[in-house]
Amino acid sequence: MLQFVIRRFGQSIVLVLIVTIITFFLMNLAPGGPSSMMRMDATEAEREAIAEQLGLNDPVIVRYGSWLINAFQGDLGLSLSSGQPVLDRIVERFPHTFNLAIWTVFFSVIIGIVLGIISAKNRNTWKDHLINFGSVIGLSVPSFWLAIMFILLFSVNLQWLPSSLVTGDSIWDTIKMYIMPVLILSTATLPTIVRFTRSSMLEVVSQNYVRTARAKGLKERTVVYSHALRNALIPVISIIGVLIPRMLSGTVIVESVFGWPGMGRLIVEAAQARDYNLVMGVTVVVTILVVLSNFIVDIIYSKVDPRVKNIG
Amino acid sequence: MKELLQVKNLSVEFQSDAGKIRAIDDVSFNVKPGETVCIVGESGSGKSVTSLSVMRLLEYENGSIAGGEVLFENEDLVTKSQEEMRKIRGNDISIIFQEPMTALNPVFTIGRQLIEGIQQHQDVSKKEAWDRACELLRLVGLNDVPVRMKQYPHELSGGMRQRVMIAIALAGNPKLLIADEPTTALDVTIETQILNLLNELKEKINMSIILITHDMGVAAEVADKIVVMYAGKIVEQGTVYQIFDEPTHPYTKGLLQSIPSDTDKKDRLYSIKGTIPSLNDLPQGCRFHPRCEFATDKCLQSEPPLLQENDREVACWNFKEVLKEKVKL
Repeated sequence: MLQFVIRRFGQSIVLVLIVTIITFFLMNLAPGGPSSMMRMDATEAEREAIAEQLGLNDPVIVRYGSWLINAFQGDLGLSLSSGQPVLDRIVERFPHTFNLAIWTVFFSVIIGIVLGIISAKNRNTWKDHLINFGSVIGLSVPSFWLAIMFILLFSVNLQWLPSSLVTGDSIWDTIKMYIMPVLILSTATLPTIVRFTRSSMLEVVSQNYVRTARAKGLKERTVVYSHALRNALIPVISIIGVLIPRMLSGTVIVESVFGWPGMGRLIVEAAQARDYNLVMGVTVVVTILVVLSNFIVDIIYSKVDPRVKNIG
Repeated sequence: MKELLQVKNLSVEFQSDAGKIRAIDDVSFNVKPGETVCIVGESGSGKSVTSLSVMRLLEYENGSIAGGEVLFENEDLVTKSQEEMRKIRGNDISIIFQEPMTALNPVFTIGRQLIEGIQQHQDVSKKEAWDRACELLRLVGLNDVPVRMKQYPHELSGGMRQRVMIAIALAGNPKLLIADEPTTALDVTIETQILNLLNELKEKINMSIILITHDMGVAAEVADKIVVMYAGKIVEQGTVYQIFDEPTHPYTKGLLQSIPSDTDKKDRLYSIKGTIPSLNDLPQGCRFHPRCEFATDKCLQSEPPLLQENDREVACWNFKEVLKEKVKL
């Protein structure tokens, strides 16, 4: 276990490094510069002065080097647009995205598995077809469009749900606030989980050990929900690890549409303002989040499947 | 002696894209208490289907019983509900499967898989079930039983897994054990051990065994009676002595000649020419005639009935001819 953690930690550092290199260089390839520099009323001399002050006149590789050294010491620098420390801005935004992500994972895993089982148990009936149709729609309709349609329907016309983050008093207000963003964000994960659970379940029920379980005279419920499901979930768990990054990138769109003050929107704002430090900071935090969630998925995986015990 | 199991005119059908396929057709045989009956035939002859339909497990796998009776202690299993069958499965009738590698659930410990079967049929505490499970594992010849109880299937060898399967099957003190190719996936030394174990257990707890195999050599070691199946039908049945000494069906004869012998090494191993026909494209007349060296015009035109002859049965028009030619073993 310890060995696994150490190996995983090493791999993660390399991964984070690669991600920061790519982001840093791509960011600097984009035309323009920090918004403070690009103000309409700034004179050429002022621009030069700001660039000099921000150290933007150094070669990219030197700037990356100094960013990296600072970052390793826990200093992600100051935001180029607001002047606040990058870390402060991230800490302020992080909980919103984290809550959104956690609820989305919970929702799509539980509902996804339940729908997948229903679909498999009613193979080729209207229930199965309906769930399949819904999955295809969810996967193929762009989430920004769906989000706008939801707002139009539930916020503007029906006035059931708030269209953006509003701080309410009751728990119900908070739940209402989450419903639409979680639903939209789930379209990135839920359909895949449903389809994986369905196909995995169908594969597992024809396995020999399911036949053995029936031959023991066990109740059909035990056969399906204990013997078959436990095995069917193994591939589903591994796909969840793949879906988490996909979902996190979905927050960029969902947070923008719903005016959600999370990291997804922060990175859009930062990129538009060419706030190099802020983009780098958010990228690092999101990458670490992905690495951590995949680590947790692997631990769960090894708990469910005893054949991979050597990992966890 | 009173019969324990009487299979009468059993037919089983499968639903397929090409319509209904009759996997076994009008199969009848009996099993007495304490007797070992071997069902022998090539892959696709309907042996496994027969065993699964006795357990009524086929309904979960797209198959259905199209006709006939399965009398177990004079009660017809075919008319029972699945709920009633659940009380019989793993209790009065147990089954072990061909692939010990895949027949155990990979994510549960051996102990759990044994205990759940015990607790399903017997009103015992967890502790009593645990003790009973340990006792069963010792009975099937495993050592380090407390360790084995906590192990997962992938930590055991094939032979050990098959022993665990047998232990699971014995949990309810079955009167009938169906063993579906229990040794096919195992190597030869383990095969002998498992067959000996089955023979021992049969004596110890006085159960009947239906052993399904494609290997006449295996049948010779354990069988009291042999039922030979071909393309979903019984072609011959009799005692092990009758079958081995005087096979009356050309297919049985072919199977016997296919047993490798130690003494006769100069010739190529005999094989029956051709392959078993597909069930949705059966030949006219006798199902075996395209592969039969005794085939006559009559065999091409009409299917031979199962003829009774001195306590044995054979479905061949020319069995007297077959009988004349002795098999060298």
